[in-house]
Amino acid sequence: MDFAKISRRHLLRGSAALTLGSVLGVRSAAAADTTIGFIYVGSRDDYGYNQAHAQGAAALKKMRGLKVVEEEKVPETDAVEKTIESMINLDGASLLFPTSFGYYNPHVIKMANKFPKLRFEHCGGLWSDKDPKNAGSYFGYIDEAQYISGIVAGYSTKSGKLGFVAAKPIPQVLRNINAFTLGAKLANPKATTQVIFTGDWSMPVKEAEATNSLIDQGVDVLTCHVDGPKTMVENAARRGAMVCGYHVNQSPLAPKAYLTGAEWNWEALYPKFVKMIAAGEAIPNFYRGGLKEEIVKCSPYGEAVSAEARKHADDIKAKLIAGGYTIFKGPIMDNKGKTVITAGTDRGQKDPELEKMDYLVEGVTGATS
Amino acid sequence: MTTEAADPVEAVAVSPAADPGFLQRYGTTIEYILIPGAALVGALAVFGIFVALFGKNPLDLYFYMYQGAFGTWFSWQNTLTRAAPLILTALCTALPAQLGMVIIGGEGALLIGALSATSIALAIPWAPPLVVQIAMVCAGVVGGGLWITLAGALRQYRGVNETISSLLLVYIGLAILNHLVEGVMRDPSSLNKPSTREIGAANMIGSIPGTDVHWGLVFGVVAAFASYILIYHTVFGFAARVAGGNIRAAKIVGLGVGKLILMICFLAGGAAGLAGMIEVAAVQGRTNANLAAGYGFTGILVAFLARQNPLAIIPVAILLGGISASGGLLQRRLGLPDASVLVLQGIIFVFVLASDALYGRIAFLKGKS
Repeated sequence: MDFAKISRRHLLRGSAALTLGSVLGVRSAAAADTTIGFIYVGSRDDYGYNQAHAQGAAALKKMRGLKVVEEEKVPETDAVEKTIESMINLDGASLLFPTSFGYYNPHVIKMANKFPKLRFEHCGGLWSDKDPKNAGSYFGYIDEAQYISGIVAGYSTKSGKLGFVAAKPIPQVLRNINAFTLGAKLANPKATTQVIFTGDWSMPVKEAEATNSLIDQGVDVLTCHVDGPKTMVENAARRGAMVCGYHVNQSPLAPKAYLTGAEWNWEALYPKFVKMIAAGEAIPNFYRGGLKEEIVKCSPYGEAVSAEARKHADDIKAKLIAGGYTIFKGPIMDNKGKTVITAGTDRGQKDPELEKMDYLVEGVTGATS
Repeated sequence: MTTEAADPVEAVAVSPAADPGFLQRYGTTIEYILIPGAALVGALAVFGIFVALFGKNPLDLYFYMYQGAFGTWFSWQNTLTRAAPLILTALCTALPAQLGMVIIGGEGALLIGALSATSIALAIPWAPPLVVQIAMVCAGVVGGGLWITLAGALRQYRGVNETISSLLLVYIGLAILNHLVEGVMRDPSSLNKPSTREIGAANMIGSIPGTDVHWGLVFGVVAAFASYILIYHTVFGFAARVAGGNIRAAKIVGLGVGKLILMICFLAGGAAGLAGMIEVAAVQGRTNANLAAGYGFTGILVAFLARQNPLAIIPVAILLGGISASGGLLQRRLGLPDASVLVLQGIIFVFVLASDALYGRIAFLKGKS
């Protein structure tokens, strides 16, 4: 496929580079030529999931010797395979970040097998031993940050009713809802979380309806787990409710109503990955971490957050960063009265049981099916 | 890419002008090529101006569009892969159009076809691959076919507008798919991306040898040719066109219009259902929400651009496949947002619809000049 590159432009560029190289003497062409491809499932300025990754890509653009190419709104079909190949064939990408969950199986696996010398880092997938070695999956325990948001929300609510606009009742989402609720109960044992599932990752109309309906029922602090929290944040702020953000910092959208939020910290992780590769270190194929590993972070507190809430939240945050603090610590009951984690059982962040979560904890109003 | 394509056409149109007999014979055919060609060139010119307003060089734009869509063997494969499902989904709109019906629910038939094909493959895991594949084709065609027949029957027996009912059936189809995929058909190990179990690597239909393009392209081209023969060279097709021209006249001469509607709807839905089966058997390997990638909706655009002619659908699908294949390069090289491809599609659509008014009005082409 090399003739793909023989266009007039490439020839010109190539000869220019040759001339430059011979004039300046030996320059490491390999280091200067690393091209990294980022693929997003939605728009990269969505104030949400995709923007979080784009911020990570922006951090890489600032590093020397790196070229970043990006493509947004790539569906989870063979289109992503073609985008990956196009980035490799036409742009010379050697490290790829296909960032949407649904890209992994079968598309990323297929491409990783086809290009065994290139590196694929996928967000959210569950890499297993059967998968190609040049593919890896990374993700963060963002429920830690949701737990902190829950504490702040528990102090800030006047009605004791919290709202959660969620996409689908899958383990990752349930884990966030449960962590948020457990955090809120630390601050206010009577707090309840009402959850509404919209059914898909990007349903702005349903998200707005869910937000309004929650506020109509007396909810005064909301958070969410959908791809673009913008709809929820703006609508809730307009209705006078307070919000905890998700994915990225949404405080510019609602400066007064924004309490805090659970954010990804890809701008710390991606440069770390690139440095590891440059140093010849292997990135673990299955890479996970939370606040401590700087994969997730909390938004700075908004002005409405009380000193008491800040102190409690900071205290727990420090414990989570130090390690040894467990969010899912038995006994925990689900909202149907069944014990899901028995007394004495600590489900630490890396516990695989948590990856299979299919319940809502006591204090959540809503159903998983 | 299209400038080159259009020029020779104009040359053909101009050179034999001295022979009125030639124009009388082929004037209409030339019109069918010249007018959409000119509309396309006009649309590209307007898009160039649009891009220039954003401070990008339109010549770069055309160069990258050409490179991304048709410039290299890889680009061709990229284009053809994207065109493959569009040929079949476009038939879902083009076939009923012969009867004067506007069916826009190809997406629903695609989803139901995919679901039916997956179900049958999962039901007979012991069968040899060829049997499974044939069963999947049948199930996909029948599933999708019955789905659109539903819209046809509603129109025939209850007088429900088929445009509205077929569109609404898309959402019902998607809801059924989500319900089954997240419920009884869910593979318990698909934790965060609810999916059915996989049909198995042995049952996948794979790519056309020597290329990356899956067999869906061949299915599409064969289906388009078969539809063309059916519509223009059989009694059945003639009856359909008579009914499409004047339904009362058709009834008076004793044509079974109701039967025609149901049969054409079945074939139309069958084509889209086949597209769904191919997405499962050639790309995804299982059914999940990824299948709702909008092929059914792009197919409507293809059918209208092709003026509902089954043969014209093939080049138009390749053209739109090319536009979407080059979209990535426009994003990466020119920094244009993804929506710019939609802008181009929109401009082309408007130009082609507006150019409809020109048919039969170019005196020169009637050989009367």
